[in-house]
Amino acid sequence: MTADQFLTNVVFFLLAAVALVGAVFAVTLKNLVRSALGLILSFMAVAGIYFVLEAEFIAIVQVLIYVGAISILILFAIMLTRGLMRGEESANNSQWIGAAGIAAVLFGALGAIVLGTNWQAAQTALKGDLIPKLGAELVTIYVLPFEAVSLLLLAALIGAFVIARE
Amino acid sequence: MIPLQLYLLLGAALFCLGLYGALARRNAIAILIGVELMLNAVNINLVAFWRYIKPASPAFDLAGQVFALFVITLAAAEAAIGLALVIAIYRSRDTVNVEDVNLLKW
Repeated sequence: MTADQFLTNVVFFLLAAVALVGAVFAVTLKNLVRSALGLILSFMAVAGIYFVLEAEFIAIVQVLIYVGAISILILFAIMLTRGLMRGEESANNSQWIGAAGIAAVLFGALGAIVLGTNWQAAQTALKGDLIPKLGAELVTIYVLPFEAVSLLLLAALIGAFVIARE
Repeated sequence: MIPLQLYLLLGAALFCLGLYGALARRNAIAILIGVELMLNAVNINLVAFWRYIKPASPAFDLAGQVFALFVITLAAAEAAIGLALVIAIYRSRDTVNVEDVNLLKW
């Protein structure tokens, strides 16, 4: 193992640990603002994972949209509905043990499938600058899903406005 | 080189944590946080597959990244609508606890 590979491994394991810790905070903490901050930590670490995977554009989009937009939206919603969950003994409902069991069983099944499959996978060197190619492909071979998703965003925008209006 | 399996395991772990959050929490916003974690976990899988497995036709070389972009867009739309619904429920029923929102329960 060369020094370069060693460094990549260290960075990957650090980022994976931060992502998992942030996710655990996000789903277990009682204070919702802290849980949203755990979510932001997890999103930032996942953006780092995308850099390790050499998908720079996705990493930047992750920071812009997940960290910059969705997390802020969630924080706004928490602050607009604040003070309700205080004094309550638990943030979980009565089925949380069953939910934990289902999640553990699903993780066991997914882990068994991932480790049991013979993946024909290998990293090949990436050629050239991929971001201009990605932009060109979005408006050529992927133009139909691109238009559909823009229509969906418009519908979501109008829908959110109509639903949340006084 | 980090094996593909590690990325898939990380994605699976984040997905299961998100699933636990979506099923076990009482607050509607906390449930949305769980759903966002699940969508994010799926994106890790898509980008890892893009990096490690080349499609047969070179025209679809970037398909994994394009899929991830569409999932991010859908996550944004879902968050906007979900939080708008939470705020509408809070206005009319003064609660964000999903156990108290049982208008449609028989």
